Amino acid sequence: MEDLYREIIVDRYKNPQHKGSLDPSDITFEDDNPLCGDHIRIDLRIDDEGKVTEAAFDGHGCAISQASADILVESIQGKNLEELKSLSKEDIIEMLGVELGPVRLKCALLSLKVLKAGVYGIDKASDDLVE
Amino acid sequence: MNNEEFDQVHIRADFPILNREIKPGVPLIYLDSAATSQKPTQVLQTMDVFNKNSYANIHRGIHTLAEEATLMYELARSKVGEFIGSPSSKQVIFTRNTTESINLVVQSWGRTNLSSGDVVILTEMEHHSNLVPWQMLAQEKGIRLEFIPVMENGLLDLDVYKDLIKLKPKAVGFTHMSNVLGTINPAKEIIQIAHSAGAITIVDAAQSVPHLPVNVSDLDADFLAFSGHKMCGPSGIGILYGKMDLLQSMPPFLGGGDMIKRVELTSFTPNELPFKFEAGTPAITEVIGLGAAIDYLNSIGMENIAEHEQEIVSYALERLVEVPGVQIYGPEATKKGAVISFSMSSAHPHDISQILDNEGIAIRAGHHCAMPLHEKLKLPASARASFYLYNTKEEVDHLAEALYSVLDIFGI
Repeated sequence: MEDLYREIIVDRYKNPQHKGSLDPSDITFEDDNPLCGDHIRIDLRIDDEGKVTEAAFDGHGCAISQASADILVESIQGKNLEELKSLSKEDIIEMLGVELGPVRLKCALLSLKVLKAGVYGIDKASDDLVE
Repeated sequence: MNNEEFDQVHIRADFPILNREIKPGVPLIYLDSAATSQKPTQVLQTMDVFNKNSYANIHRGIHTLAEEATLMYELARSKVGEFIGSPSSKQVIFTRNTTESINLVVQSWGRTNLSSGDVVILTEMEHHSNLVPWQMLAQEKGIRLEFIPVMENGLLDLDVYKDLIKLKPKAVGFTHMSNVLGTINPAKEIIQIAHSAGAITIVDAAQSVPHLPVNVSDLDADFLAFSGHKMCGPSGIGILYGKMDLLQSMPPFLGGGDMIKRVELTSFTPNELPFKFEAGTPAITEVIGLGAAIDYLNSIGMENIAEHEQEIVSYALERLVEVPGVQIYGPEATKKGAVISFSMSSAHPHDISQILDNEGIAIRAGHHCAMPLHEKLKLPASARASFYLYNTKEEVDHLAEALYSVLDIFGI
């Protein structure tokens, strides 16, 4: 328990560093976790070389979903779109540094799902994106 | 415990799962009975004995097992009918769950009797199971859905209902007891008002039948739906009660075996009630298990169960309001069943639930299949503790204490 709610997760949840919106943005996508009502929107600004210059998230939900969004958004600054496409479930688990059961994993992966759906430019975020 | 007839120690001993530890030294505290209840040994054994001795398909073979199985299955139907005060067991239809029971009414009665512009009144506190089936029919037929609002105090606004009734609705559907707020709605009054306008009524009794004495004849309900798994019975079995004339006039819902009297290549004659609505092999063992669950509840007495739960929920409300940052939704204790939905200012319901799980406490977190109600409450989700006959005040104490662990992690 102490592990799951390590200081970094609770701190990121209560004091997110990258929460807000970018207007205008080059890529915006949002989605919900229907199980619990977690909601995440991610805005990206992309430069001519296809690199992320700015990224922000907004939303509401549990500590795991919101902290992982904050950490994810921080980690993608300066990355190009191809690098974003290759992000995986394992990357998120590593960034969070905690073990998650199947239900909480969905919370943790919501932001990655939103990010990848936005980068791929598809209509609907699918769990396949983060398998 | 003031309720002298209520032997908590023996009741708890009937539920083997309550001996479970969630991890070494941390016993299970099960506070999620509004989602599904646990099963006593009496139910588990009845199903086990039936499977080992008498299992066969029903209403078909002429052999000893088939006859035993059919007798036991139909005996369970009689028990259900008596339990809810149905004039005849022919008015008790077995389905998979409350959701299927409501879909049966909407698809059979609704599709036959409703047309474009007809009004159906529901409430803002419906579970998705008494909302989405109507929305599906509304999209197809152009019927108009109107909603009785939920007031700040967690009760339905019956003044608005009395205005809505002037629209001459064809049907009024409502939950007898809210699975989120715990509100026990004045079913008899709602039904009387509906009948005065010529509307039929559909009562979602999934949360009420397991916890309160419910009598369909006294309520004068036209349809009433509930599930076995919330009343100490197994999952996979639901019940639809309906008035005889309505059920007789309705077309079948699902087609197949058992629901027919006679079949030719291009036509069929439906079977009589209740079989007309029971296509295919049903959940035989589960129906028999439900019969045992009803015997069990009767042996304790629904009045006693309701009284016990009233004590528990009153106590739980007292304990929970003491916890800083806790906000509770729904009416005062005397107007609600044993369901408490709450939120905490610092922690999301999912996180509350996770932290409580660490202390062996099972609660529900989410929108509890009532998203429109959560919109109304301006909540993305809530945490819900729900209680049943096996829960104790000591468990409530553990819950209250565990909420302080949430504060330790997330602050106030």
